[in-house]
Amino acid sequence: MFELPNALRRIKPVIVKEFLQVRRDKVSLAILLLIPAFLMFMIGYALNFDVKHIKLAFYDQDKTTTSREFQRSFLTSGYFDLSAVANNYRDVDGMLDSGTARAVIVIPRDFSKNLLADKDIAVQVLIDGTDSNTGTITLGYITSIIQTWSSKLTAEFMDRKGVTPYQPVDVRPKIWYNPELASAKFLVPGFIGFILMLSAVVSTALSVVREKEQGTMEQLTVSPLNTVEIIIGKTVPHLINALISSVFVLLMAYFLFHVPIRGEIIWLYSGILLFLLAALGQGMLISTFANTQEVAFMMSVLSSILPTFLLSGLVFPIKSMPVALQVLSNITPTKFFIIILRDVMLKGLGPWAYWHELVYLSLFAVVTLGFSARKMAQQRKAV
Amino acid sequence: MKAIYHLVIKELKQLLRDKRMRFMAIAAPVIQLAVLGYAATTDVRSIPMAIYDGDKTSESRALINRFTNSGYFETTGWADSPNDATAFLERGKAWIALIIPRGFSSDVLGRKTARLQLIADGTDANSVNIALGYSTLIINGYSRGLAEKLLETSPVKPGGITPQYRIWYNESLKSRNFMIPAVVVLVLMIVTLTLTSMAIVKEKEIGTLEQLLVTPIKPHQLILGKLIPFVLVGMIDVTLVLLVAVYWFEVPLRGNIALIYLMSGVFILTTLGIGLFISTVAKTRQQALMIAQFGFFIPFMYFSGFVFPIANMPKAIQYVTYLVPLRYMLEATRAIFLKGSGIYLLWHDAAALIIIGVGVLSLSIIRFKRKMG
Repeated sequence: MFELPNALRRIKPVIVKEFLQVRRDKVSLAILLLIPAFLMFMIGYALNFDVKHIKLAFYDQDKTTTSREFQRSFLTSGYFDLSAVANNYRDVDGMLDSGTARAVIVIPRDFSKNLLADKDIAVQVLIDGTDSNTGTITLGYITSIIQTWSSKLTAEFMDRKGVTPYQPVDVRPKIWYNPELASAKFLVPGFIGFILMLSAVVSTALSVVREKEQGTMEQLTVSPLNTVEIIIGKTVPHLINALISSVFVLLMAYFLFHVPIRGEIIWLYSGILLFLLAALGQGMLISTFANTQEVAFMMSVLSSILPTFLLSGLVFPIKSMPVALQVLSNITPTKFFIIILRDVMLKGLGPWAYWHELVYLSLFAVVTLGFSARKMAQQRKAV
Repeated sequence: MKAIYHLVIKELKQLLRDKRMRFMAIAAPVIQLAVLGYAATTDVRSIPMAIYDGDKTSESRALINRFTNSGYFETTGWADSPNDATAFLERGKAWIALIIPRGFSSDVLGRKTARLQLIADGTDANSVNIALGYSTLIINGYSRGLAEKLLETSPVKPGGITPQYRIWYNESLKSRNFMIPAVVVLVLMIVTLTLTSMAIVKEKEIGTLEQLLVTPIKPHQLILGKLIPFVLVGMIDVTLVLLVAVYWFEVPLRGNIALIYLMSGVFILTTLGIGLFISTVAKTRQQALMIAQFGFFIPFMYFSGFVFPIANMPKAIQYVTYLVPLRYMLEATRAIFLKGSGIYLLWHDAAALIIIGVGVLSLSIIRFKRKMG
């Protein structure tokens, strides 16, 4: 029945033909190879959540050396840029409305006088909350700068009273794996998953459906190839293409963005291979349902690109989603792949840390490929 | 006029005949919005935390309670030793490990500084940055409370500075209010851009475009007849997703809803222009889709401030974002929704969109005519 040498001899022309077709379609080839590299380049440089240069304005009602010193402690922190100076509350409104300032600090009239008199001072801080993430981080920075001021005041006070300054609790956070908290290190492995998912699912689904549309798929089905052989012949070229792109993006990640690969390359590639099989399986499955390229593309977008971008933990933490979506997030193999990538690349771990994910990816690949084979076999019988 | 009318009718019929295309044009946008509305959140909640309490006194428990009651942390493991606590981090079971050493309470009460250890997994830099902010806030608050209690013996208390926050436009700092207005725009872009380019390339592929060209229909009539149906579909989609955004997700719509339609109308100029442009480049629908996806959707999504703030990007790339029409539309839509901005604050976004839109559309029309002629 399934003799390996014969099977290989039969599959080879399918692979060669698929390769030729991919190579002949120059536009699609360029898109498949160049755009991911370009995107990776832009993503590594341009996209991050590292909030710096927050546009800050002051409305200083006190105008003393102390209040200016207070202002300076924000500007020297490295997080804020002075964007404007307000002279009244109408200015403040206008700055926030027009986006000239993202935050405005209002220093009250008796700021320095009350400081000298050891009184409590309330400083008004207005934050543009539109971008909630930047807003939250801005709030954190401002709070910590003001807290530093307050504790300095307390220390000075105790010094004056002859009490030895003392701080009950001290904490110095230690950060592992990504000590500078650079979001590129978090995002780049995710984008590798995104790019591979795109090229694997979309190109497989479209290339099979195109043959369906042109009627050449029927020719294949009446050939002596059995269904498994057709599927192998159709997936291998795309697998190789995606593996080549993966080398490109990993090299870029390493050399351009200094995203390390702390674990073993073999663990990395066994993860990538398994993930690509799962992604190709998904592409195949789509191609058995869709009859036109538009539909195949739309199905790929809905079932792979959107879930990968939204539900895989690539950008948005899965933990913050409603429970129903946390369950739904399991439909995308990228979720599991990203865990593997981050474990190997950033943490230097091996399969012992993520064997659940490996099992899931294998199951996903087996189920999707198996189901496609069955569906294709049924369709063949119908022909 | 009549020729255009018939073309529009033909185009709409063709679009709505295909059950799947019907689904893609009408139901998919709503589904996308629903999923995005729930998933696209950068809010930081329930950060998994491992705790080692080596002290086990009322002081250490008071500190732990402050963490667990804050709502930002979720205790996922109680460790038996400091090493055990870090093991939770290594296995990914916790993102933050709090280690309270033995002798914590005797240090604190004995006026010696107690040293806490806080170890974080920096992989998810953004969430952890926010979580660390919360933890220092909690610990400093606890520390200050203790210091004040112990200083009560002295006659005067030191003064301090308390920030009083007023968060504007998005008072609860919910990321949903930031993301959903953007998704409305995204849906509009995807639908109008893809459908336009697909419809023309499809006729090219099956050869009916040539048939249309030998009819007495003039090229500009043909283009209008091809574009108008997608403006209609786009506007229907905007209405659907606006309804979901306002009534289901309860995103505050503070500005004038007519402004959103007005801006959408201006924005559609650019998406139709790009769609038409793609149809002059692509030979097959597959190429058209790939160009739309990789050449436009993905770069637009990333370089428009959709998720990643433009202010965080390097200066050179910030200039590039001025070329992205989505950028202006997102800015305007978010401002209409949350700030309730009127036209006097939005005119420069509108002007930029009109310039880009008219430019792209006329270039594409010239190219289209040349290709057809």
